[in-house]
Amino acid sequence: MKNQDTIPRQIWEFFCSVKLTVYTLVLLAVTSIIGTVVLQNGTPQQYIDLYGKGGYNLIQVFSIDDMYHAWWFLFLLLLLCINIVVCSVERLSLVWKTIFPKQIRFNPDRFLRSKKKHTFFVDQAADAVTAACESWLSKQVGKVHKKNQENTWMVYAEKGRWTRIGVFVVHASVLLLLLGALIGAVFGFKANVRIDEGKQVGTVFAAKTRQPIQLDFLIRCNEFAVKFYDTGAPEEFRSNLTIIEDGQETLTTDIRVNHPLRYKGINIFQSSYGTTSAGAAVMAITDNISGQKITRTMQVGETITLPEETGSFQLQGFLPHFDFRGRNLGEAFFGKVTLKEKEAFQIGLPLQFPTFDKMRKGRFSFVVTDFEKKYYTGLQVTKDPGVWYVYAGFVLMILGCWVTFFMSHQSFLVAVAPSKDGGTIVHLAGRTNRSTQNLNLKLTGMATRLENQFKKGESI
Amino acid sequence: MNSSTALSLATFIYGLATVFYIGHFAFKKNKLATAGFWVLVAAFVLNTAGIGLRWVESYQMGYGHAPFSNMYESLVFFSWTMALLYIFVEVKYKEQGFGVFVSPLIFLAIAYASFDPGISSKISPLIPALKSNWLIAHVITCFLGYAGFAVAFGFSLIYFVKPKQTAENTFLGRLPSWDVIDELTYQMVVFGFLFLTIGIITGAVWANSAWGKYWSWDPKETWSLITWFVYAIFMHLRLMRGWHGKNLALVSIVGFAAVLFTYFGVNFLLSGLHSYA
Repeated sequence: MKNQDTIPRQIWEFFCSVKLTVYTLVLLAVTSIIGTVVLQNGTPQQYIDLYGKGGYNLIQVFSIDDMYHAWWFLFLLLLLCINIVVCSVERLSLVWKTIFPKQIRFNPDRFLRSKKKHTFFVDQAADAVTAACESWLSKQVGKVHKKNQENTWMVYAEKGRWTRIGVFVVHASVLLLLLGALIGAVFGFKANVRIDEGKQVGTVFAAKTRQPIQLDFLIRCNEFAVKFYDTGAPEEFRSNLTIIEDGQETLTTDIRVNHPLRYKGINIFQSSYGTTSAGAAVMAITDNISGQKITRTMQVGETITLPEETGSFQLQGFLPHFDFRGRNLGEAFFGKVTLKEKEAFQIGLPLQFPTFDKMRKGRFSFVVTDFEKKYYTGLQVTKDPGVWYVYAGFVLMILGCWVTFFMSHQSFLVAVAPSKDGGTIVHLAGRTNRSTQNLNLKLTGMATRLENQFKKGESI
Repeated sequence: MNSSTALSLATFIYGLATVFYIGHFAFKKNKLATAGFWVLVAAFVLNTAGIGLRWVESYQMGYGHAPFSNMYESLVFFSWTMALLYIFVEVKYKEQGFGVFVSPLIFLAIAYASFDPGISSKISPLIPALKSNWLIAHVITCFLGYAGFAVAFGFSLIYFVKPKQTAENTFLGRLPSWDVIDELTYQMVVFGFLFLTIGIITGAVWANSAWGKYWSWDPKETWSLITWFVYAIFMHLRLMRGWHGKNLALVSIVGFAAVLFTYFGVNFLLSGLHSYA
């Protein structure tokens, strides 16, 4: 090419260099480490606590708080894509004729120069040996091509020429994956929602921005259930959901972890749960003067009279997180105690600490021994129209890698030359575009089989 | 025999195989390598039996899951995959000189599982996130990948022990030649790369069905991708830039360091979704 120094040509050369590939991959590998060490998507306060004000400024400048979506990281990915496209176009234009030749040609000298060729002597006439070799090679490998060169018959066969396309498939699959990711990022969303048992929602909230997203249908949580093993480890989280579309219940189903619901392009996953409120509670009340103990089942809002007409107790409500002097004591009930001729006061009854109210040292102490839990289910709701491109990329990548690494273009040559004493000298050699070790092992096996065939005196 | 007896015996016998291979390296007796090989095969059989028994025992305990659910089980399986791959290579390529570089890795993984007090060998029930058919496919492919890289790492070390030119009858002369190491290291990396690729992909498909995202830049995912990048660099340097020998061996060693960090470092130093193994 004459115009090698023109600027477009130089740019082209830059993008089709393998050096660029290696540097880009090194940069991707090294910078990816940052996001595994530095907290991602934290709050400004978290970063200031961890790295100080200066550190936080630096983090903001380079978007390290969300580095896998930072401009410079996306730029590296873009660079990789351009590199792949340019390299593939360049190389494909070079090897196209090799992959799809009009006519198969071969150069016997290239084979016969090999150090790993096998040579043996056959006590038969050259013509008969050539015919036998031709039929043997066509059975072993495939279609045979033959030519005579300096009184030697060159018998050639090859297989797996198409496998040279494998490497292009692998690179195309990377592009397809990234295209799928882009489609997902632009047209899809990831959101969360909490639904109390018995309630329904039609709006979910984007995971990052917390912006509301309106769905085309309502999701109702009929029931949430959690099962535990004897060891205390969770065994199963299950939500029973109903989809309501235009006022019609269209679907009712269970979802579990690993078993999501997919409905009209929207995916609904079980992701968390919690206690949102409580129904009836079993209340144990001890009179610390008489030692008398009574047990009552109470509804939230219900008021009971305390023993000996000393006052009353109202169960006011349930808190998922009871805050006591700045400490989170977990799930708790709270209620109002009104004793005769005294001012009413509120008490908290954390479920994890049954002796909590006793420490108040009042006339009565209250403990919740059991209660009816009302759960909320935490769902992840996503839409990703790019996922099928990504999956197609996955399939192509596996197939492409398999073809590229475990298959190869192999060609074999048997050279049959008459020797001076009326016998025949046979050479067997092979070439490949990949693993020569495997080819050499294969050649050794082939040579043994071919030689044995003549020793046995078989003619095919 | 129960699984823990089988696995303890396997650990011990892997250790014995390592001793034989080291003996072969030190005393140049081919018989020692042959003995090492058969002892290794015996340990592998016990290792297989141990994994199988553990699977059965988990059903007897009422949990019923494949033995791939925690660090202990993954280490035992890691030894198994490395041993399988090494036995295959020794049988196929008829090279015994590699054993001394690979057998210690096989022994170390299973010994670490047994002797580190921080690693519990108890059979425990599966948490909901792991209850999936993808578990078996994901774990097997990932560990075949790790095994390929581990064996490649063992082979790469030879470059730093044996000079390029050595007389046939010297101490180091019996180690395989640079050409053979180069080819076999590449074969192992290729094997590892294919299976790591499938491992990452099965993980992504699984994550998509469990959490609704095929990729969430979780530390384990990110580090497996970093490992993938390093070996992609290895391929490009070898196939497109003509790198061979020590320089390329260094890349393979860096790659294996990334494998180890993906496997252990992420669990011990970073936090994330992938906290089981």
